[in-house]
Amino acid sequence: MRQIIIIGSGPAGFTAAIYAARAGLEPLLIASSVEAGGELMKTTEVENFPGFPEGIQGPDLMTKLQEQAEKFGTEVLLDDVTSVDFTGDVKKISTGYSGEFEAQAVIFATGSAYRKLGLDDEERLSGRGVSWCATCDGFFFKKKTIAVIGGGDSAMEEATFLTRFADKVYLVHRKDSLRASKIMQERAFANEKIEFVFNSAVVGINGENTVESLALENTVTGETSQLDVQGLFVAIGNDPRTHLIHGQLDLTAAGTIAVAGRSSKTNIPGVFAAGDVIDDTYRQAATAAASGTVAALDAEQYLAGLAEAGAIAELREAEHEISLVEAVATRR
Amino acid sequence: MSNAKTVTDASFDADVINSEDTIMVDFWAEWCGPCRAVSPILDQIAEEHSDKIKIVKLNVDDNPQIAAKYQITSIPAMKVFRGGEVVKTIIGAKPKAALEHDLVDYLS
Repeated sequence: MRQIIIIGSGPAGFTAAIYAARAGLEPLLIASSVEAGGELMKTTEVENFPGFPEGIQGPDLMTKLQEQAEKFGTEVLLDDVTSVDFTGDVKKISTGYSGEFEAQAVIFATGSAYRKLGLDDEERLSGRGVSWCATCDGFFFKKKTIAVIGGGDSAMEEATFLTRFADKVYLVHRKDSLRASKIMQERAFANEKIEFVFNSAVVGINGENTVESLALENTVTGETSQLDVQGLFVAIGNDPRTHLIHGQLDLTAAGTIAVAGRSSKTNIPGVFAAGDVIDDTYRQAATAAASGTVAALDAEQYLAGLAEAGAIAELREAEHEISLVEAVATRR
Repeated sequence: MSNAKTVTDASFDADVINSEDTIMVDFWAEWCGPCRAVSPILDQIAEEHSDKIKIVKLNVDDNPQIAAKYQITSIPAMKVFRGGEVVKTIIGAKPKAALEHDLVDYLS
């Protein structure tokens, strides 16, 4: 049995691993088979992670975090967790190819998954003009007209990035104001290839084999219109990835894993949660890293408590034996 | 990196279209993180099912004609060819079990 297993390989998971490994807990980090590194693997320039004044590419940052975690003895497993059983004192984790693992403590840092629009034609035209990854797919939209849906930082970043390829990028948002940070907004506003389409919701995606146009509905007037585009990038937010722990860990109304106060403690002793899976507000690489730190320290304290309780129990047992021996000796 | 054979705009007809084997073409690029992640999984599938399917790679940066012909707009894209026709398309990096499930008709 392991002392600690970390599920997830974004900034929260790897930072937790750095702390746990430095504490001598020899963590196993289960990173997933194809999504190791998490969301930052799909970003380009990260300009707001402290310590990198020149900025750093998302995948490079994740490589460095992994190296740092491994340097102190973290074992990284490229496999997917298929189920967890947190009901007993020994936490059980099943994986796709590497069998079952047991641990005294678990840090759950599975992050979040892209939210979909939920339209009928979204899945059908996925890979045929509908995309969730600008850095992966932007290249295929050279000199094309495309739309980015969303009003947050990731929508601004994707729209700005996509102007490298596309002739024209519509930024379609449900409201008339943006949630994105000021610097990202200004960058998008200043880009002459980007045109904002406010108060508009996408209600349909048209096209036989590839995306040809979007059906928009004005969220104020209810009027519908058509926007001719050859590509659609969806950046409308993320949902916490909690399917593995449904029925085992308590969730908040927002769907994140519920933790006690500023700690990482879930409703089950020995199970800690960190990063985007507990945070639907801040969701930054730096806040996820901080959250991973908290989880590792909480887990360390929990394991120390277990060790102490174990030592006391052993001591009691030893005392009990001595008293039995003494009792026998007295009788003689 | 990968042991898979590389095909190009120039060799596509000979290597894929006119081949008698079932061939899956992995459309990829250096700058695509998910492509790099799925590559070793494709190698494993190719090795374990070498009698059923051959997996080859086409770099979309270097081979724009074939990428355009098959209307690639998202990578990794994996297309299975039989007798010169596309019989199956898979979009996006997936775990091995999910890929094997998608490919079940061509691996058994």
